[in-house]
Amino acid sequence: MNKQITRLAVTGVALIGALIVATTYWQAWAAPDLQDRQDNAIQRVAQFTVKRGRILASDRRTVVAGNEARRVSGKTFYFRRYPQRGLFAHVVGYSNEARSRAGLEQSQNDYLTAANENLGTVLDSTLDRIRGTTVEGNDLVLTLDARAQRVARDVLGGRCGAIVALEPRTGRVLVLVSSPSYDPNVFQGKNGLARVGRIRADCKPANALYNRATSGLYAPGSTFKVVTASAALDGGRYTLESKFDDPGFCVEYGRRVYNYFDQTLPSGYGRVDFLDAMQFSINSVFCNIGKRLGPLAVLDSARRFGFFAKPPLETPEAERRASGLYDRGRLFRPKDPSDVDPGRLAFGQERLLVTPLQMAMVAAAVAAGGTVLEPHVIDRIVSPGGRTVLESEPKALGRAIERSTAADLTTMMKAVVAGGTATAAQIPGVVVAGKTGTAETGVRGVNTTSFIGFAPAGAPRVAIAVILENQRGTGGKTAAPLARPVLQALLGTTSNSVEG
Amino acid sequence: MSARNRELANLLAVGVLTGLGFASVYIARQSEISTGSLSYAGFFFGLYLVAHAVCRFTIPYADPYLLPMAALLTGIGLTAIYRLDPEDAFRQGRWIAISVVFFAAILLLLRRDYRRLESYKYLFGLGALVLLALPALPGIGETVNGARLWVRVGAFQFQPGELAKLMLIVFLAGYLREKREVLAQGRLKDFGPLLLIWGGAMLVLVQTNDLGSALLYFGIFLGMLYVATGRLAFVIAGLALFLGGSYAVYTFVPRVQDRVSIWLDPWKDAQGAGYQIIQSSYSIASGGFGGTGFGRGTFTGTGGDQVIPFLNTDFIYSAIAQEVGLVGASALLLVYMLFVVRGFRTALLADDGFSKLLAAGLTFGFALQTFIILGGILRLIPLTGITLPFVSYGGSSVLANFALLGGILLVSNRAGARGGA
Repeated sequence: MNKQITRLAVTGVALIGALIVATTYWQAWAAPDLQDRQDNAIQRVAQFTVKRGRILASDRRTVVAGNEARRVSGKTFYFRRYPQRGLFAHVVGYSNEARSRAGLEQSQNDYLTAANENLGTVLDSTLDRIRGTTVEGNDLVLTLDARAQRVARDVLGGRCGAIVALEPRTGRVLVLVSSPSYDPNVFQGKNGLARVGRIRADCKPANALYNRATSGLYAPGSTFKVVTASAALDGGRYTLESKFDDPGFCVEYGRRVYNYFDQTLPSGYGRVDFLDAMQFSINSVFCNIGKRLGPLAVLDSARRFGFFAKPPLETPEAERRASGLYDRGRLFRPKDPSDVDPGRLAFGQERLLVTPLQMAMVAAAVAAGGTVLEPHVIDRIVSPGGRTVLESEPKALGRAIERSTAADLTTMMKAVVAGGTATAAQIPGVVVAGKTGTAETGVRGVNTTSFIGFAPAGAPRVAIAVILENQRGTGGKTAAPLARPVLQALLGTTSNSVEG
Repeated sequence: MSARNRELANLLAVGVLTGLGFASVYIARQSEISTGSLSYAGFFFGLYLVAHAVCRFTIPYADPYLLPMAALLTGIGLTAIYRLDPEDAFRQGRWIAISVVFFAAILLLLRRDYRRLESYKYLFGLGALVLLALPALPGIGETVNGARLWVRVGAFQFQPGELAKLMLIVFLAGYLREKREVLAQGRLKDFGPLLLIWGGAMLVLVQTNDLGSALLYFGIFLGMLYVATGRLAFVIAGLALFLGGSYAVYTFVPRVQDRVSIWLDPWKDAQGAGYQIIQSSYSIASGGFGGTGFGRGTFTGTGGDQVIPFLNTDFIYSAIAQEVGLVGASALLLVYMLFVVRGFRTALLADDGFSKLLAAGLTFGFALQTFIILGGILRLIPLTGITLPFVSYGGSSVLANFALLGGILLVSNRAGARGGA
């Protein structure tokens, strides 16, 4: 019988051996995948034992995201709290029990949970575990100015739209507000998504979760003329003094394209120069320039400003979109000039769609003498011990236009604010440069309006883009006035009464 | 060193380990539990010293490693149960005490010659059948978690299948020793009892809705049949019969179908039927290489709710694996492996057919049961609700496993006395 017993013993030992192999599979091989699964209740709970890093505004005092410690059955759990509620929601995002995250909470999760530190020795982490040390994440210090952010939110007043302000020479994002906003704290409770879904605004769908500043796509209208002018001036084919005749329309494909949909407006400016054309936003002039340059030259200029690529920013890639021509919902890169209407493109129509962030980058590039800086919203990352883990440096995305072109554009945009369409953006004692945009939505009398600009024009410290949905007026009447208080807040000049 | 002194030395090591286990749970969960917890380790150690003393008196030549390994396993189980729920640990501790008394009684009663059990083999066979049929009886039978494995009389709850397993092994050891030559010839008419047992296993399967128990009983039977006859063909034929029968049962028992489909793809119903096994895999996976440490695993939600249902019985391994990691879980499995090796060694050293069959059957039953429950948790086979020997929470299970240990030790003692170990 001993032979059989030996064989049975081998079988028994093999059965247990199979269990060791299977355990190894689950704990070593399959573990990383399982840890990442969204329905992993252990990880869901475990994340609350980590003291996530705080997120602070640029003043380092305003806590944008913090923690509240609570003890439940022998464990200390840290629950995420957002004291500023909706003010920074679209940048910071949220982190909830279902491990669904958005904004920096998602993209910077490794820093916030100190997962970046796993390069430490096995001994260190083992000692930590024996001591039961709480994992403490790194703090993020943002570039956002809490005061200006608040001003921007207040002037938007719940209307659908966005305001983005950048520091031209560094790319620091000073203001990034998308409206309507939501309170990220609701995601800590049940039915957070449903509650956010019930937020209403003057646009449909209100979609409060949506970051309009970085992924809202809008018809730029005349703000795009800055890009067209860049193409025109950069090649040296035009100067500020170049002369044009404006009959009130331009002819494309054998048809007249009028300056305004509304034919009751003045029929034409007559003989004007390039500066006038920008100051009064004369479509026919830009239309003819577009035809002369060809659409590809204009689009190439746009590309140098960063169009046709997602602008770099620390938020998750899914929360940013590229600006450019869109065809049936997808980014469209024309190969053949005949694919694009050059005239309409030149004054910002065609199938152009832009994000507020991209338009702020256009204004910032002009302000910075032609260089496009990578926008960034994280100033630095600080370890719990106070050590700076990472510090953002200004990084150039490339040169969009010549220095002289930037100077010419500044002259044009100063004229726009001084006595053109954007007088509402004037600030006493500060020279502001800007450009307005008014794009028809297809519904008569309802426009998407915008303003881009920078100040002070001589030595720019702030570049800004304002975009509003569903407006009855023009960009000069609706968007430009909102830029002023935000610029004032950022420039430190006294903030005058704010228009709601 | 004599066998018993070696056993004592091993028990001392186990005592220290158990003490460390309780101490680490205490350190990790100070705010939740009292210093009284440390007395568990002392009580536990005392209990095993008593068991050791009985062994010294009754079975001086028995294998010195089996009792310490059983002590280690119960110690790990008690620590894990204690960590999950101190009140359950108190009840489990009481059951361990009762089981040690039972163990001592078995050794004392059978110390002269356990082989007289052979003459009562049919009584044991009958006993096994009666025990197996108990849960089916109306009034006392109880269905827990979809499987009809329990008997309740008043406040007293019992899983008779655990003891039935041992009785079946004693019966088979006696029966097969007697009939092994005849069976080995392979005449069809001698296979009546084989078919009877196959039918019994199928009946158990249908009646309890539990694939695991049926597989366990039938597996033990096939293993012992192989040892007795040396005919691999029988095992293959038996397995074919079992698989065929199981398939037939599978086609018309929805619960068995559910178990199989959850096994194949638990994520098909991740919030429902698959939830338990999925969260169990997450628990094991989150242990990683070194585990979280005793007392530091995550088993409750932020609201204090239990994350994995049936954690301390069916899924105790998932809890242990999370807290001790791959290193600890592998060590635990190596203890099981060593126990199996020592058990089979006992069977090899035994000098008569009954003893060999008994030790081999008991050991193989132990190995197979471990495989069936852990294989289910680790998704090697469909999950079934049987207990992990010595570790799971549950009185009947601990009691039966101590009886199993007693049986192997008795055989070992006899062999050792002859060999002068």
